[in-house]
Amino acid sequence: MKVNAALIGSGNIGTDLMAKALRSELINPVWMVGIDPDSDGLEKARVAGLKTTHEGIDGLVKHMQEDNIQICFDATSAYVHEENNRKVQEQGSMMIDLTPAAIGPYCVPPVNMQEHVGKKEMNVNMVTCGGQATIPMVAAISRVQEVEYGEIVATVSSRSAGPGTRKNIDEFTSTTSGAVEKVGGAKKGKAIIILNPAEPPLMMRDTVHCLTKDTPDQEAITKSIHEMLAEVQKYVPGYRLKNGPVFDGNRVSVFMEVEGLGDYLPKYAGNLDIMTAAGLRTAEMFAEEILNGTLVLEKVQAA
Amino acid sequence: MDIAGREITVHDMCLRDGMHAKRHQISIDQMIEVATALDEAGVPLIEITHGDGLGGASVNYGFPAHTDEEYLSAVIPKLKNTKVSALLIPGIATVDHLRMVHDLGVTTIRVASHCTEADVTEQHIGLAKELGMDTVGFLMMAHMASPEKLVEQALKMEGYGANCIYCTDSAGYMLPDDVTASVKAIRSAIKPETELGFHGHHNLALGVANSLAAIDAGANRIDGSVAGLGAGAGNTPLEVFVAVLDRMGVKTGVDIFKMMDIAEDIVTPMMDQPIRVDRDSLVLGYAGVYSSFLLHAKRAGEKYGVRSSDILLEMGKLKTVGGQEDMIEDVALNMSREAAGASA
Repeated sequence: MKVNAALIGSGNIGTDLMAKALRSELINPVWMVGIDPDSDGLEKARVAGLKTTHEGIDGLVKHMQEDNIQICFDATSAYVHEENNRKVQEQGSMMIDLTPAAIGPYCVPPVNMQEHVGKKEMNVNMVTCGGQATIPMVAAISRVQEVEYGEIVATVSSRSAGPGTRKNIDEFTSTTSGAVEKVGGAKKGKAIIILNPAEPPLMMRDTVHCLTKDTPDQEAITKSIHEMLAEVQKYVPGYRLKNGPVFDGNRVSVFMEVEGLGDYLPKYAGNLDIMTAAGLRTAEMFAEEILNGTLVLEKVQAA
Repeated sequence: MDIAGREITVHDMCLRDGMHAKRHQISIDQMIEVATALDEAGVPLIEITHGDGLGGASVNYGFPAHTDEEYLSAVIPKLKNTKVSALLIPGIATVDHLRMVHDLGVTTIRVASHCTEADVTEQHIGLAKELGMDTVGFLMMAHMASPEKLVEQALKMEGYGANCIYCTDSAGYMLPDDVTASVKAIRSAIKPETELGFHGHHNLALGVANSLAAIDAGANRIDGSVAGLGAGAGNTPLEVFVAVLDRMGVKTGVDIFKMMDIAEDIVTPMMDQPIRVDRDSLVLGYAGVYSSFLLHAKRAGEKYGVRSSDILLEMGKLKTVGGQEDMIEDVALNMSREAAGASA
């Protein structure tokens, strides 16, 4: 048994997510929604046997009942997410938000996915690629001792940052820094994103700097970081610790690299993988609840 | 070169780019002293923020002595004629910072991106234009893109609403002919009423020569920094540049002798280290590395027992761009480990 799903957005994230969803034992990707009939993502979806529409969300909505779509993934942009969300919820589907719109609660699977179980949330937000790559490390430090300040620097190759990401760069920084606090457990969060156009493209790099309240317990933090590393590697095998933890006074710094599986874009685009793998993992958790009957979705009345 | 009779707007950087050289520790009193002196000398535009622009306060770039808000609200009310600009790098700062500085009386906003990534500036340039600000699109590390690519990116920024485009030699790597080619190409592509600027670094001691080449190729705004106070070997030394322009018959409206006094009596005594072409800053210019990496590399080099010039060379090989200061410690750690491995 699988739960039927629709992928909204046929860009980098949507197309990479499709490749992973096709391998899922719990999610059955039925639809892919785009706005450009000639987009590469829609073409790949057709080849993979998905139903496609280039008429945007409205092209999907009219088919959601007959195809029993219960989970939608939004990989469009923060600007249109709210409308997409309203329309699919009217059809009784829940929404996994891969844009930085963040109208629902944040989910970073190895840190707080369990908190979402049994809550009947109709919309959860996957923060950002930079958030998925770094917040587990902030949490690994803050679960040992109080973190006054958490800062993340995410560097991605220009080729892996599509037009949505670029238009949403402010939403990226504000959503990520918000989640560094709310999910990562830092009292104050800051996020920085950098696009690097080098050829061949560089692999996603992420640096986490935390300032602890008291002198860092080096042994406990190092152990916690390595445990968290193993948790993330369960769904993103290319998640690697390049250097650190470095301890310098109250500063704890961790230098990460994320290699992707190369599903849609080549392996350098680990930022796609960490986002789509986290989104799929979250969807699978909800799918289990739907399949075992603990989560019954209801149509949300139009306001 | 005949540029006599041209009118050039000079834009002083010592309270923004100079923040790099001061590890972002310029005091409020120093800011006021320098800014009011530049006002007296007739400098039309000065920039004030953290070295990495609004929101630059961070572990990665350094925490400043005061917030951008504190600096701007202390200095702006003291100025008679000089206008104040702020630097905004999307990915570090957001439109919230833009609204904040607009409220504080900043009239020029410079929205910066790496020279190939102009499309991240759309939100910020659009809002600045809507607010009626003097809106500059600032293409950093311009040596990393061809003139054709720079034109494409400049047109994007102009399309979003920028009324001025900058060719920014963040690494101090460009040679005068490079500046000529890029500035000419942009000048011929953008609208006649759109202004064009050049921002140089003195890492190859070409700040003045490159700025002249830029004017000759059609630029009308030039960045410099009094006494050169700026990242790397500093910016184009502004007191030198205005003296040269005066000799060439170019109008800037700036009092040359007052500029010499500010450089000599106020800014040079503020320096923590001489701003000059030393081995590390020469490497920046030679290898095309972001000038702000300089002091970060010196610190990492000391901490991990690695030559800072080697760190900077490696940063160049990795094709790092502005903002990737986090890679400096990572590179230093790798080099120190390799050195330990080699000697074991």
